[in-house]
Amino acid sequence: MEATIISPENLVYDKPRLMTDVPMHYCPGCSHGVIHKLIAEVIEEMGMEEKTIGVAPVGCAVFAYNYIDIDWQEAAHGRAPALATAIKRLNPDKMVFTYQGDGDLAAIGTAETIHACNRGENIVIVFVNNAIYGMTGGQMAPTTLIDMPTATCPQGRNVELNGYPLKISDLLAQLDGTCLVTRQSVHTAAAVRKAKRMLQKAFENSMARKGTSIVEFVSTCASGWKMTPDQSNKWMTENMFAKYPLGDLKNI
Amino acid sequence: MKQEIIIAGFGGQGVLSMGKILAYSGLSEDKEVTWFPSYGPEQRGGTANVTVILSDDKISSPILNAYDVAIILNQPSMDKFESKVKPGGILIFDGYGITKPPTRTDIRIFRIDAMNTASNEGNSKAFNMYVLGGLLKICPMVTLESVMQGLKKSLPERHHRLLPMNETAIKRGMELIEQL
Amino acid sequence: MAEEVKFMKGNEAIAHAAIRYGADGYFGYPITPQSEIMETLMDERPWETTGMVVLQAESEVAAINMVYGGAACGKRVMTSSSSPGISLKQEGISYMAGAELPALIVNVSRGGPGLGTIQPSQADYFQTVKGGGHGDYRLITLAPNSVQEMADHVALGFDLAFKYNNPAMILTDGVIGQMMEKVVLPPQRPRKTEEEIRREQPWATLGKTKDRKRNIITSLELDPSIMEENNIRFQAKYRRIEENEVLYEETLCEDAEYLIVAFGSQARISQKVVEMAREEGIKVGLFRPITLWPFPKKQLFEYSKKIKGILTVELNAGQMVEDVRLAVECRIPVEYYGRLGGIVPTPDEVLVELKKLVK
Repeated sequence: MEATIISPENLVYDKPRLMTDVPMHYCPGCSHGVIHKLIAEVIEEMGMEEKTIGVAPVGCAVFAYNYIDIDWQEAAHGRAPALATAIKRLNPDKMVFTYQGDGDLAAIGTAETIHACNRGENIVIVFVNNAIYGMTGGQMAPTTLIDMPTATCPQGRNVELNGYPLKISDLLAQLDGTCLVTRQSVHTAAAVRKAKRMLQKAFENSMARKGTSIVEFVSTCASGWKMTPDQSNKWMTENMFAKYPLGDLKNI
Repeated sequence: MKQEIIIAGFGGQGVLSMGKILAYSGLSEDKEVTWFPSYGPEQRGGTANVTVILSDDKISSPILNAYDVAIILNQPSMDKFESKVKPGGILIFDGYGITKPPTRTDIRIFRIDAMNTASNEGNSKAFNMYVLGGLLKICPMVTLESVMQGLKKSLPERHHRLLPMNETAIKRGMELIEQL
Repeated sequence: MAEEVKFMKGNEAIAHAAIRYGADGYFGYPITPQSEIMETLMDERPWETTGMVVLQAESEVAAINMVYGGAACGKRVMTSSSSPGISLKQEGISYMAGAELPALIVNVSRGGPGLGTIQPSQADYFQTVKGGGHGDYRLITLAPNSVQEMADHVALGFDLAFKYNNPAMILTDGVIGQMMEKVVLPPQRPRKTEEEIRREQPWATLGKTKDRKRNIITSLELDPSIMEENNIRFQAKYRRIEENEVLYEETLCEDAEYLIVAFGSQARISQKVVEMAREEGIKVGLFRPITLWPFPKKQLFEYSKKIKGILTVELNAGQMVEDVRLAVECRIPVEYYGRLGGIVPTPDEVLVELKKLVK
């Protein structure tokens, strides 16, 4: 059917085959959709769709399993790295990744994250950091910036009350079990292309049994931040990147 | 035939392993056996005890009110278990560290100075085997041959060179024990 | 490995039985009085023989979620802990019940509440058979009373879990876990191959092949009408289990005028009480539930038509006694005797209580 609308020689871009036709529940301007697409493309291009098992988090990406056409497990909040540990150890030939937000990975699941990385589990952790709890309505996250307002710190994050934004990837880069810790973004076409390369490297590391790879995506949450998508991108570049600078923290 | 035995003393005296050797000895004579230890911090120097039951029939409770034989290796165990020996039963104790010797007249009481002897003979690690020897002398519930088999099973192979020393200790214990 | 007679602790028997069952994985965290289970597995190194994975997790929470991940792949996976650790695992158990995942959980329980004591207890009865985690679910619960049954219930627990796609628990205590007895270990069974799992557990997440839709293991369903249907399906499954899987043992019950009802270690002690009481001419029998859920309520109801009274003996403040009273619909007196905080009653203590009931 597609061929009748656009002839193959004119086709310059296509939806990844592994993306389902289910309408996404993500808000306009949200980074999740693009990150999902990159994962689907990488799995497809690696020819690993029959061997990939994804672990979905609790958070906005809880329904990730609706959008990428592979086998999925839905984890309890924060426990995805524990599930992934067992999946990979029991099935060493499979490609296993978790998809987690900042609350899931860096608050309730900190222990599971650190210990999976410290054991050097041969898995990929996709970490979406938008500095807020999107799904539950915009509450403070461990990565919320100082003075940034959220539903549970309406006057802005106050260090005395709430402590500091947690740079969890910097912490994970210190662990001997990690082989790749990189911070990426998907706010421009160039950033998307770079992020995809790093994502592919991460998946390749996991199959080469090099240890744990973490790809952090510094992301926007237009709804939670109460901005337009365009304002969000601008705010992210000006504020988020200052605290969470893009680039490789570790790449061996 | 059924023998219900408690062995009680300080952790580190070999109470649990003595029970284990007795249990393995019973097994090699095709008896039904249970071995139930006190467990936990007791293993680290507090009081420890183990209940061993050897029986021709299936064993119901591994935990008992009263015992046919009590082997008592310290005063706290004496305080706790003297009264729990069945009338007509046997109490064996090591004199070392016992400040209040048993007073019951309806049971048979034996003393074995295993701790001092083992120490004098430079064999204090086999202290519990002296006691086991004493037990077998007055209450031959299993043969010496079975005990040696039991020892073999409960000792890791790298310690099998210690078997003759243990046998000597058992035989020495048989000479040491005396009825009061 | 062929069938073998061994002398070992209940905890060790669980480890050996798991290897011989062909289990795929064990994930645990140390806690007294059950640490011998993981220690034995690590000592046996089954990853070199059967390929079984054994991993010490960073917490009980992580361990149960590793079990979730493995179970969702259709693998035979298990964990073990003791009471405080089992409390931590309740989240994962509820999720597995909700996602209909089969797995084996062992609770070598100890006295609580809180950090409590490491001594034996049956105070986790309510937690195990009435819920524990959140939501309307049931946990198949086996109560071994010997080292032999510790080994046997590993296979039974896995088999029931996979028959009904539901977690199963072995609920035992330090008496059975720490005691050494003779045990016949079954011959080694091979682990299931991926092909066998794909055939027998078509829901397993082992990678989406072209011939099927993607498998999603989740307990989440935001549409209440579908979530209600899910719950109705769970309840129907629980009724089938209650109908078909009740296990119990009767000792000297035929002519009994009174029954002692006790499970696990307390059934062993109560058996001695029955022997002692019979010698004194008291017509008493021992009824031992082997499955605590499903509970043998029909069988106890039948007894209520012909006996004069029941004494439950439990290492708690009176938990199973509630289920026994419900089962006999208060037609006969049902009394309880138990000790708390890690104290185990001696047979003569229980006999005194029995005589109060008999009068």
